[in-house]
Amino acid sequence: MSAFSAIGEEREIDQNEFTPGIEPQATWCPGCGDFGVLKALKGAMAELGKNPDEVLLVTGIGCSGKLSSYFNSYGYHSIHGRSLPVARAAKLANPDLEVVAAGGDGDGYGIGGNHFMHTARENHDMTYIVFNNEIFGLTKGQTSPTSPKGHKSKTQPHGSAKDPVRPLSMSLSAGASYVARTAAVNPNQAKEIIKEAVEHDGFAHIDFLTQCPTWNKDARQYVPYTDIQQDDEFDFDVTDRREAADAMYDAESRLYEGEVLTGRFYRDDRPSYSQEKQSTGEMPETPLAERYFDDDYEWERSYDFMDRHR
Amino acid sequence: MTDNELVWRIAGGSGDGIDSTSQNFAKALMRSGLSVFTHRHYPSRIRGGHTYVEVRASADKVKSRGDGYNCLLALGDSFARNPQDEAYYGNEEVKPLSENLDELREGGVIVYDEGLLDGSEVDDLDERAEENDWHVYPLDLRGMAREHGREVMRNTAGVGATAALLGMDTGPFEELMEERMGGDILEQNLDIIQMAYDQVAEMDHSHDLRVPEGEHDETQVLVSGSTAIAYGALDEGCRFIAGYPMTPWTDVFTIMSQNLPAMGGISEQVEDEIAAAALALGASHAGAKAMSGSSGGGFALMSEPLGLAEITETPVVLVESMRAGPSTGMPTKPEQADLEHVLYTSQGDSNRVVFAPGNQQEAYEQTRTAFQLAYDYQMPAIVIYDQKLSGELQNVPESFFDREPNPDLGATLTEEQVAEAEHHASGKFNRYQHDPENGVSPRSLPGQADGRFLASGNEHNPQGHIDEDPDNRIAQMNRRMRKLSSIRTELDEAEESNQTLHDPSGDAEYGILTWGSSQGTVEEAVDRLNERGHAVKSLGVSDMMPYPEADVAGFLESVDECLVVEMNATAQFRGLTQKELGRFGEKMSSLLKYNGNPFEPAEIVEGFEASINGGDPAGETTKYVPAAGD
Ligand SMILES: Cc1ncc(C[n+]2csc(CCOP(=O)(O)OP(=O)(O)O)c2C)c(N)n1
Ligand code: SF4
Repeated sequence: MSAFSAIGEEREIDQNEFTPGIEPQATWCPGCGDFGVLKALKGAMAELGKNPDEVLLVTGIGCSGKLSSYFNSYGYHSIHGRSLPVARAAKLANPDLEVVAAGGDGDGYGIGGNHFMHTARENHDMTYIVFNNEIFGLTKGQTSPTSPKGHKSKTQPHGSAKDPVRPLSMSLSAGASYVARTAAVNPNQAKEIIKEAVEHDGFAHIDFLTQCPTWNKDARQYVPYTDIQQDDEFDFDVTDRREAADAMYDAESRLYEGEVLTGRFYRDDRPSYSQEKQSTGEMPETPLAERYFDDDYEWERSYDFMDRHR
Repeated sequence: MTDNELVWRIAGGSGDGIDSTSQNFAKALMRSGLSVFTHRHYPSRIRGGHTYVEVRASADKVKSRGDGYNCLLALGDSFARNPQDEAYYGNEEVKPLSENLDELREGGVIVYDEGLLDGSEVDDLDERAEENDWHVYPLDLRGMAREHGREVMRNTAGVGATAALLGMDTGPFEELMEERMGGDILEQNLDIIQMAYDQVAEMDHSHDLRVPEGEHDETQVLVSGSTAIAYGALDEGCRFIAGYPMTPWTDVFTIMSQNLPAMGGISEQVEDEIAAAALALGASHAGAKAMSGSSGGGFALMSEPLGLAEITETPVVLVESMRAGPSTGMPTKPEQADLEHVLYTSQGDSNRVVFAPGNQQEAYEQTRTAFQLAYDYQMPAIVIYDQKLSGELQNVPESFFDREPNPDLGATLTEEQVAEAEHHASGKFNRYQHDPENGVSPRSLPGQADGRFLASGNEHNPQGHIDEDPDNRIAQMNRRMRKLSSIRTELDEAEESNQTLHDPSGDAEYGILTWGSSQGTVEEAVDRLNERGHAVKSLGVSDMMPYPEADVAGFLESVDECLVVEMNATAQFRGLTQKELGRFGEKMSSLLKYNGNPFEPAEIVEGFEASINGGDPAGETTKYVPAAGD
């Protein structure tokens, strides 16, 4: 019997099970897009029948990083930019866990950029949600990597001279096997995208547009939006890297012109990192974490290697 | 200095096979019944540049490199040469011979490769040989290697030649070659060693250096400090490592990575050290025994995840293998100057276990203890050691390592225990309870039914929710800090102390205090001081945090004066001792060394004698810092 009986348990899940009994209003401002992510995540997990005890949500730091406080599962509220390395090791140690990582645009595309690139490259089987509000929220409104060129803030009073990063293109070129963009203002699509991402066997990156009415004054900044899967104009093959890259480039450019394109941009079915690592013999078939509870397991002894030192 | 010892030095260019040849030489001596100890000296470059390894062997236990050596095998630096036209580059070509003469003892033996080295180019070699009674044997080792095999095999010729000169049997060497190679290569090497041996055996010998005789009553293994740490981790059930290469930490990382797949474990080389430490936390959080580590600069990057482990109470073991700093410093040179870095790095009050093993056996045992404490008390434990202990090889009885694997995850609940444990009204498991006496509130693991909690780097309440309430803050801080005092009590009550007392005279009036890898050298110096009529004892301290107050205070109380020996410029360990004990400042003076080379016993003997005589104990390579109030 498994030492982790919550994993794969089949029963109806009410999305209220994901509510921990403390209210996000404690730290999130009224009208913040972060509420939308929380709601979509709860809905998606409930509809997928995920037991809260089999989900590990790892977050970074920022308003976005508080997600793990308001979502009732196993959680790890880590440090700024480092949710991904924590999350991917948890997944390696126990591949049966449903691992989700989340953080902000400063967290994920700035300080954690290196980890983002390498986690995507390795194609760990997990979902990564980046709350993209084009601003540093928690530290009170500084320019972030996704802020538009010319953006003025207290730390960039003359306006940013930098072009914003292109998260979808970054993700694709780094090697993510699922890339989508959705928005808090589009709750149904957001939930469906999260469901797809969770079901996807590989690194699924969601650039989640979240408005920050406190520091990015236009609370309706991502409205109106267009769902590219629903609109014939955006007909492209999501499994074709080149076509996906073009669509992403287009969407990223048009975002700053006020046209918000959301939907699934890329998907491929290559094996996840755990599968690759198992096939090279560098990872056990049964979860490592299980073994510590298996009384019958014969632990290998290091001194079998002693011969070479004699 | 024992008279009956061989200290054999092999010198050449990095990449010329010096390392593997010396390892085999040491192994052969160990198999013949001797105690051995090796010391590596190498520059921070991959090929070429002068390098040497010393193998010290005696029938008695050897604990350090000793001082000086008595047999040189100078092979020549093949990378100082342009292989195309055989022209020599610059003036480095005689270095393997010229650079090593200063430390060669009187009556010593020199074998050099005439094929690559020109003895006449070394200034005053003949005069110095005469003056010091050195016995010089130029031999065309390269020629012999070419004749029976390939040029690279001149190492084998050198080994055959020294064996003949020292009256050694070539049997153990041949045996080792048979274990390692086969086919033509083996045949060629066997021919070469025989040829060199025979050629030397026919010559007239004027020296009287002979390999000592000894016997072991049980099978020995030859291990480095890094090997001992890696095996300690593996035997303790560590099955997850994440790292990023940095000298000398790479040794541990490599050994673990090579063994883990066969042991059902996972090794990850990742993008940087921040990630490496964060991965170790993630794996541990999910229920594996996990470790990471680095050397100075890489460990600096781990500072933030280290603090995260403290506040989230995630068990983890980190290894810090010191090299000379600051910054990139001297990558291949030892120093003990990261102590304060390891004790205090990361924001907030430090709440971690830090051990500094003094030799290979302690490295193995303390790594195991570090894992036990990390998992029993849910906090980071750090094993700090240095480039010296990392690469030094010493023989240890094989039976010493014969331990049971330990899959125990410490204060981690099974699912049945989670079901019975206290839960908050919200259904959340009370992960961080305020009240446990020893400070430890057991954890659940993701995937266990009804064990949900949030591990947060922000201050949090018993359910893991972020909470800045002052009463909660005090309760959580006090509980976390309480773990350190519980650990101190546990360590003090343990059968054996991690501190190593060496007191050959019984009840000595003088003390030498040291920590980490300087321990063996200090013990050897203490033996010599006692032979010279001083009543001196030493204490090699391993527990850096929590500090072993009782052990060290007892030691300091029992002596009139104490010299603190460590490899750094600012007396970090002495500072720690004064801070922790709050007294004894007037009893402790320091002997420091930070030129990139470890202490030699003679330096400590001289320093000690000068310090008690009130003279200036600082030698050319050491620094003296008097006691407070002096
Ligand atoms: C190493 C480190 N640097 C800086 C900070 C301060 N900090 C906290 S949140 C944050 C920015 C968060 O911005 P973003 O990731 O966009 O998230 P948001 O708050 O907008 O959701 C910064 C700079 C920190 N906690 N740690
Ligand atoms: S500051 Fe912005 S991102 Fe943070 S909670 Fe308020 S609205 Fe949301």
